[in-house]
Amino acid sequence: MGGYIGKILRVNLTEGKISTEPLNMELAKKYLSGRGLAGKMFTDEVASDVDALSPENKIFIAAGALTGTNAPTSGRYVVVTKSPLNGVVASSNSGGQWGAHMKFAGYDMVILEGKADRPVYLSIHDDVVEIKDAAHVWGKDVYATTDTLKKEFGDDKVKVLSIGPAGENLSLISAVMNDLYRAAGRSGVGAVMGSKNVKAILVRGTGKVENANPDVMKTVLSSALGKLRENGVTGQGLPTYGTAVLVNIINESGIYPVKNFQESYDSEADLISGETMTANHLIKKDPCYRCPIACGRYSKWEGGEGAGPEYETVWVFGSNSGIHDFDAIHKANDLCNKLGLDTISVGATIAAGMELVQRGYIKPEELDGTPLEFGNAAGMVEWVRKIGYAEGLGAKMALGSYRLAESYGAPELSMTVKKLEIPAYDPRGVQGQGLQFATSNRGGCHVRGYMISPEILGLPEKLDRTSLEGKATWVKIFQDLTAVIDSLGLCLFSSFALGLSDYAALVNAVTGANYTDEELLACGERIWNNERLHNLRVGYSAAEDTLPKRLIQDPIVDGPSKGQVLKLAELLPKYYAERGWDEAGVPTPECLTKLGM
Amino acid sequence: MRVTVKLFATFRDGRFKVEERELQEESKVLNILEPLNIKPEEVAICLVNGRDVNAQHLLKDGDTIALFPPVGGG
Repeated sequence: MGGYIGKILRVNLTEGKISTEPLNMELAKKYLSGRGLAGKMFTDEVASDVDALSPENKIFIAAGALTGTNAPTSGRYVVVTKSPLNGVVASSNSGGQWGAHMKFAGYDMVILEGKADRPVYLSIHDDVVEIKDAAHVWGKDVYATTDTLKKEFGDDKVKVLSIGPAGENLSLISAVMNDLYRAAGRSGVGAVMGSKNVKAILVRGTGKVENANPDVMKTVLSSALGKLRENGVTGQGLPTYGTAVLVNIINESGIYPVKNFQESYDSEADLISGETMTANHLIKKDPCYRCPIACGRYSKWEGGEGAGPEYETVWVFGSNSGIHDFDAIHKANDLCNKLGLDTISVGATIAAGMELVQRGYIKPEELDGTPLEFGNAAGMVEWVRKIGYAEGLGAKMALGSYRLAESYGAPELSMTVKKLEIPAYDPRGVQGQGLQFATSNRGGCHVRGYMISPEILGLPEKLDRTSLEGKATWVKIFQDLTAVIDSLGLCLFSSFALGLSDYAALVNAVTGANYTDEELLACGERIWNNERLHNLRVGYSAAEDTLPKRLIQDPIVDGPSKGQVLKLAELLPKYYAERGWDEAGVPTPECLTKLGM
Repeated sequence: MRVTVKLFATFRDGRFKVEERELQEESKVLNILEPLNIKPEEVAICLVNGRDVNAQHLLKDGDTIALFPPVGGG
């Protein structure tokens, strides 16, 4: 067997019990690993009425079927748990090195259940697994925690995953961080780890991941690497400029949200573009495990240096907050990494706060002297810190923009889907992406089906972003394919150059399986339906497959896409039909039978 | 007629970020590309006033043309 290790590490924190068990290969055939298998095990093991921050919730930290192999971009792992932000299946994935090293240590997955009676961390050195006291790092930021625990472990090659103060404080927009700067960012997964009193997980693995067909893999790998190298996006654009190269593309398309989505074009966007960052701030590239793309940045700013920032982060602390100060954006990004916060949700919550101030909902006396207004860069950075430490109004903001806006009677000012903050694309000017936001199983998220690829970038082919034609079909295929890529442990960016057949060739070569393209895509569809069924069980319905009123009812007010509206009411029925769901968005028995569910 | 030309990413190397251009009536995007020594096949995204077009697109007075090589991913 290749790719899969075949072993799961299960840690019961309440009892202090550590055990291993075989990976269920029958389930893995249907759900792969990573997001798919961990999602299936989560829905099987955790009752739908469990409180996300109670000991009854579990955390499944899972590598993909190809994580840690020589497949390109195979450095990813996922954190699956019940989201404390919105109750759905949180499945936040991250790159860096940690995921691959979990497999080198001999595990496809680590499951945390129960709750430790004091702060602890988990130390994994191949088959030596220990639960250790973490009192001395509890309260410390991610950088200090990583440094301290690495020294204690006494081996430079150990990889550290941890939460920051935000996760300890149960912020619903807190992240799980690994390798200092990499984030399993979304859905509040950091708080679940914090609720279990788990500060960190160290892995040091000396094994390797087997390859079932090394000779076949040589050919398959050569083909995949060639495609990644020759593709303009993965071979040139992303390596040269990083993800922030999107600032100008999205802005010039007129779908670049400004000031909490009140506007959709920023005449000063180039001040914070990937081009400007590359010219003035870039120190070096910072690639993840086995990644030939190397979009990761390591940058400098006034008084510091560190990783990033990524496109979404530049946008959210930049134009969406009315700010064009790159130093402030860097500082906010670095604070999020240190405190263990999701940059998208934090920035969007601050922007929502700025609009609440603008419209008079939040009173000046609530701000404790820290400005919360569009364009105020120093204030924005300070609010990130206050959110991380839950200080003053920051404690309320640490619960995300929906709860913040709702507490002032203005939930419509929260730019969220299912309470998760929407990333950097105005859906009114890009119909497929709008449908994707509305139907994404985890809420407002761009990496569950990146329709920007065909609708803006023209990959794999150019679609008219204003047209509805074929969009339901495209969204379904993109969502299912993304579920496959996530479950293989590969980076979504590989899909700018690789297609379904390439992924099938890779997984077959590495694992020895014989998936046809259709069978592999069906794994993705199964994963999608499993997540959907969970959402329905926890109380979501078609009514939540929607967007904030501003993005449904009001046309875009400025820029190249002025006047455009999202035609969600026309798209949604087509999407449900495409998925084989009924008019209420519920998977039909026929659909589930076809998928063997 | 007068149009605004915006260049991005590597298209800026040795050229410019944004310039105004005076063109003859009936000019196409192609007539912008030629003097800039950019081949149509090098252009991944060509926006005129935010809408996708190709090199044969007819321009009109006041248009803004944004040209990108293959880039992207967020």
